[in-house]
Amino acid sequence: MTDVVLLIGTRKGVVLATRQGHGGWQMDPLQLVMSEVYGVGIDQRRAVPRLFAGATSPHWGPSLFHSDDLGRTWSEPDHAPVAFPEGTKTSLVRIWQIQPGSTAEPDVVYVGAEPHALFRSTDGGLTFGLVEGLFQHPHRTEWAPGGGGACLHTIMPHPTDPRRMLVALSAGGVYRTTDGGSSWEPANRGIQAYWMPEDQRFPEFGQCVHKLGSHPSAPNRLFAQNHFGVYRSDDYAESWVAIESGLPSTFGFSILVHPQEAETAFIFPLRADSDRMPPDRQCRIYRTRDAGAHWEPLGAGLPDSGYHSAVLRDGMCTDGGDPAGIYFGTRNGEVFASGDSGDSWQLVVDHLPDVLSIRAATVG
Amino acid sequence: MTANLVLPAVLRPTAMGQTMIATEAATVGEALDRLADEWPQLERRLRDEQGRLRQHVRLYLGDADISDLDGMATKLFDGARLHIIPAVSGGSC
Repeated sequence: MTDVVLLIGTRKGVVLATRQGHGGWQMDPLQLVMSEVYGVGIDQRRAVPRLFAGATSPHWGPSLFHSDDLGRTWSEPDHAPVAFPEGTKTSLVRIWQIQPGSTAEPDVVYVGAEPHALFRSTDGGLTFGLVEGLFQHPHRTEWAPGGGGACLHTIMPHPTDPRRMLVALSAGGVYRTTDGGSSWEPANRGIQAYWMPEDQRFPEFGQCVHKLGSHPSAPNRLFAQNHFGVYRSDDYAESWVAIESGLPSTFGFSILVHPQEAETAFIFPLRADSDRMPPDRQCRIYRTRDAGAHWEPLGAGLPDSGYHSAVLRDGMCTDGGDPAGIYFGTRNGEVFASGDSGDSWQLVVDHLPDVLSIRAATVG
Repeated sequence: MTANLVLPAVLRPTAMGQTMIATEAATVGEALDRLADEWPQLERRLRDEQGRLRQHVRLYLGDADISDLDGMATKLFDGARLHIIPAVSGGSC
């Protein structure tokens, strides 16, 4: 029977949950205590998966930690693994995203940073270099910070072509490279920047995209949860269309694509940016099984009333198993799991510090 | 001249458990530069990659905050104790 590891980044450290077979969840003690863990990652291309945690101590600054023993111990290089070069006059604030590269590049790992920047490692995630092609982009000085900060929060390497990759920034929008990161073009056609004057709501860049998702078998089909607006692209971000039928709200942070069903995606709608709580104060995941033509609420096993928490942009994940485990963590410090594509949910843990990031993997 | 950096408990694991590190340096900045060579994991807790002291780190020479003296140019003296203090303004709830 397959085991599952669930890596949970919280505002006060990182915690690992494991489940053996159909058994209960075993929680490890919180580690990297008093660090804000906005990004976690699991590199499954190794014999023993390498775990990552991008941890920022309010006192002692940011660092990238890794674990090669499934979270029992964490370590970091002596020298800063992720740092801006001297000439940039820029300092790392925090790590938002840790993304292993494609299988074609087994030692490549990417990091998305605040302030807006992409870093690349070619040694499995121990040391990183700044991707200058994006950092030198002429738009960079016009990218505004979102409410969470000036973050590059989504990195999507193409599953088969290492020259192609998408990133998303708040609030810069989606950018795309087709030459391995040397050059980047904005890819936001059809995405609305609702706060702009009516005749300027579809700019070339500057949208506040909150998260992207895709399925490895269909890399040209993308899903996006924006700061108001849920979108789909069928042409690798050449254009986007709104997919909002049946949703109680188009505001939210996270979006996740089912690992076995390329047309199934999950979101956690919030009422509005001025009311960042679920509609009707019910804890509900919304699911589409037809690439956004319709959405349905999923609530079996979730709180039905009086619910005021939220799911952040990296608060939803899958373990990639078959059948797949789907997970989400909340700012209440709860983690819920579903083993039936969202039809029903079980509480994995509660009373954690607020959950900022979560990743899962099957092992063994 | 030899000055001593006094470490708070939370940083001692980055210096193999030492409570105090002796350094040959004429100024605070020089002491941190020496620290970057000898204990880089500790030094980057104090300064960012551009050499700026982190927002919630305080360095006290005796009972004086170096920001009230000459900052990184503050002169050290033989036997000086430079205390690394996590500011009460930091932290997260």
